Amino acid sequence: MSDSNGLAIRTESISRHYAMGTSLIRAVDEVTLEVRAGEFVALLGSSGSGKSTLLNLIAGLDRPTSGAIYAHGRDLARMNPQELARHRSRTVGMVFQAFNLLPRMTLEENVELPLRLAEADRGERDARVRAALERVGLGARLSHRPGELSGGEQQRAALARALVNRPTILLADEPTGNLDSRTGEEILNLLREFNQSSQASPGMTVVMVTHERALADRYAHRIVFLADGRLVEREGSG
Amino acid sequence: MKLGDLAELAGRNLREALLRNALTTLGIAVGVASLVAMLSLGVGLQEVASKRLVRAGQFDKIFVLSGPGFRGFGDGPRPPMKTGSATGESRPLDENARQRIARLPDVLEVYPTVQFTGDVRYAGRTTFVRVSGVPPSDRTSENFENIRGAFFSGLSAEEVILPVEFARRLSNPANEQPGAMLGRVLVLRYPERRALASPKTGQRKAPEAAPEGAGADPDFGIGFSVALREKQLRVVGILEPLPPAGPNAPGRIIIPLQLAESLNVVKAGDLSDVTRAPGEVSMYQSLTVRVSSPLQVAPAEDAINQMGYTTISPMDNARSLRRFFAILDMFLGIFGSLALAVASLGIINTLVMAILERRREIGILKALGAGDRDIRQLFFAEAGAMGLLGGVLGVALGWAIGRAIHFGTTIYLRRHEMTGENVWSVPWWLVVGAVGFALLVSLAAGIYPAARAARLNPVEALRYE
Repeated sequence: MSDSNGLAIRTESISRHYAMGTSLIRAVDEVTLEVRAGEFVALLGSSGSGKSTLLNLIAGLDRPTSGAIYAHGRDLARMNPQELARHRSRTVGMVFQAFNLLPRMTLEENVELPLRLAEADRGERDARVRAALERVGLGARLSHRPGELSGGEQQRAALARALVNRPTILLADEPTGNLDSRTGEEILNLLREFNQSSQASPGMTVVMVTHERALADRYAHRIVFLADGRLVEREGSG
Repeated sequence: MKLGDLAELAGRNLREALLRNALTTLGIAVGVASLVAMLSLGVGLQEVASKRLVRAGQFDKIFVLSGPGFRGFGDGPRPPMKTGSATGESRPLDENARQRIARLPDVLEVYPTVQFTGDVRYAGRTTFVRVSGVPPSDRTSENFENIRGAFFSGLSAEEVILPVEFARRLSNPANEQPGAMLGRVLVLRYPERRALASPKTGQRKAPEAAPEGAGADPDFGIGFSVALREKQLRVVGILEPLPPAGPNAPGRIIIPLQLAESLNVVKAGDLSDVTRAPGEVSMYQSLTVRVSSPLQVAPAEDAINQMGYTTISPMDNARSLRRFFAILDMFLGIFGSLALAVASLGIINTLVMAILERRREIGILKALGAGDRDIRQLFFAEAGAMGLLGGVLGVALGWAIGRAIHFGTTIYLRRHEMTGENVWSVPWWLVVGAVGFALLVSLAAGIYPAARAARLNPVEALRYE
C-alpha cells in the first residue's frame, strides 16, 4: 500500500520543538524524508538526536510543531485524535526497546489487545493471535506471562502484537537495545522476514531506530542519519 | 472498543488492585447502605402510619352529605368539608344519588350511615344503647382486628357484636366473664317508623314501597307513626376497645348494615319528611363512599362535589401527615447521601491512583491504537463497575441493617407489651433508585480521573517508569 508515488511515508519539513523553561528544544527540526513502500530504513543517530521523536511523529503518537507527515498519502497533522488512533491501530505496528508488554496479561492476551482496540471480530481473534505468535516462534507460550519469558522472547511477543492487526508500516524503536547481540540478530532477522514476506505488495515498510551502525548496515535498505534533530546524511546499504 | 471488551478490560483492571478497589467498593456500599437504611426507615414509618389509618377504615372513605353547612353533631374539631353547591342549597341525597355515586370510577361501595338509639334487655336488665350498622367490607378493618368470636355470618344475620366494656356492663350482674356472652341472645328494643294508614282504604303503605320509611304521600296522609319493636340478636363477637371515634365509628353495639336498614328505625332526620312537599322521595342522612385506594379519594371527592354534594374526607387531614413524611424522607435521604458523597471521593482517589500506577499502560494502549475515548470509557467503566457493585452490595447491607432495626424494634415493643410493627420497608423503587444513584455518583466521580487519563500524552506515558 503506498501513495501514487510509491511512498509509504513522506515528511515535509517537519519540526517538533519543546519549550523547556526559557529555552527551545528542537527535537526534530525541518526534517524532510521519504520512505518507499516495502523499504527497510534505519534511523541512526546518537542519543538525543531526535530519531525516537521522529518515529513517534510517524507513528502518530505525537504531533509536529510544523510541517506535514504523510502515511500512504494521508496527512497525519490534519487528522483528529480519533483518526490518529485509527492510524496507530490499523496502519502502523510498533515495537519498543523495553518491549512494553503488559505484565499482568498472558502473551495471548497481550497480542489480542490491538484486536480489541481495532474492534476486530471476536470469532477471528483467536486464530489471528495464534498465527501471529506462531510466526514469531511462540506458539507454545500462549498462556505465559511476559515475566516468564526471556528478553528475546518478550521482544518476539511484542513483534507478534505489532503484526496482529496486519499493519503496512512497522516502526521499531531500538528493538535490540535490551537484547544480547545474538538475540538482537534473531529479532532483526524476523523484521527482515516481515519486510520481505509480507503479502502486501511490495512488502511491509519497516522503519527502525537504532544506534548500532553494524546492524543497520546488515539489515536496512537505507540508513538515515540524524543529529540535533536534523537529517545529516542519507546512505544506501546492502 | 466494543462493550464486551471494555467490560472485560475494566474487570481485569479492577481485579489487579483487588484490595484497594474492594475497599473503595465497600465505601460505596456503606454509603448506599446508609441511604437505603435511612430511606427504608422513612418509607416504613410512612407505611405504618398509612396502613394504620387505612385499616382504621378512614383513609379510603368519603362521607357525603346533602346540606352544605352540616358539620356533624357535638363539639371538637371537624374534618374539613368540601362543597359543590355554589348557592348553598341542599341536594337530595336519595337512592338515585346513591346509585349515581356508586357508578363513579374506583368507587367500591356506597352505603347509608345507619345509627340509632334503643334499649338492650339482657339478664333481666335494660340498658340504653346506641346501635350502628356496619357493611360486610368492614370485616377487614382494624376495628374488627381484635375480635373475640366472629364477624357476622350473613348480610342481614340477626347477630350483634359487642364492645368488651359494654359486654362487661351487661354480663356483670349475671357474674359472667364478657367472653361467656358469645352465643347468648339479647333483645334489642327500638322505635320503628311505620307508615300511616290510608284515610280512604284504611291500608298501610307497604314498607318496600318506601325504602326509608313512608315519605309524604297525599293518599296515605302526611307523617308517620312510631311503634316499639323488639329483635332478638345473638352475640357473635366481642370487640377490644375501639380507636377514637371518627365520623363513622361504630356505636355501642354493632349489627349488620342490611339488618339495621331493614329495621326501619326512626332517625333524627325523619321529621323533615313530614314537612317535605308531597311527591318527594325520602332521603338519606348521609352516605359513606368507599373507594379502591386512598389515592382515589381526591378524584372521587371532586366528582361527588361536582354532583352538588358536600363531602368530608379524613384523607384531607392526612395531607399534613404526608407533608411531614415527605420532609422526613428528604432529610433522611440527604443524610444517607452524605455517606455516598464521601464514598465518591474514594472513587476519585482510587482512580487517580490508578492513573499514576497505570501511566505506562495507558501509553502502551494509545500506541496500540486506543483513542482518548477508549481510555476515558475504560476509566468510566471501572468507576461504573465499582458503583454498580457497591450499589448492589449497599442495598443488601441496607436491607440487613433494616432487618436488624426491625428485629430490635420488635423486641423493644414486645418488652413494652406492644404489638411489633414493621417500621422498615425497602420498596422496589428504592432498590432500583439506590443502585442507579450509586452508579450515577460513581460515574460522576469518574469524570475527572477519566478525562485526566484520556489527556495523557502517550509519548510521556511510555517514558514513565
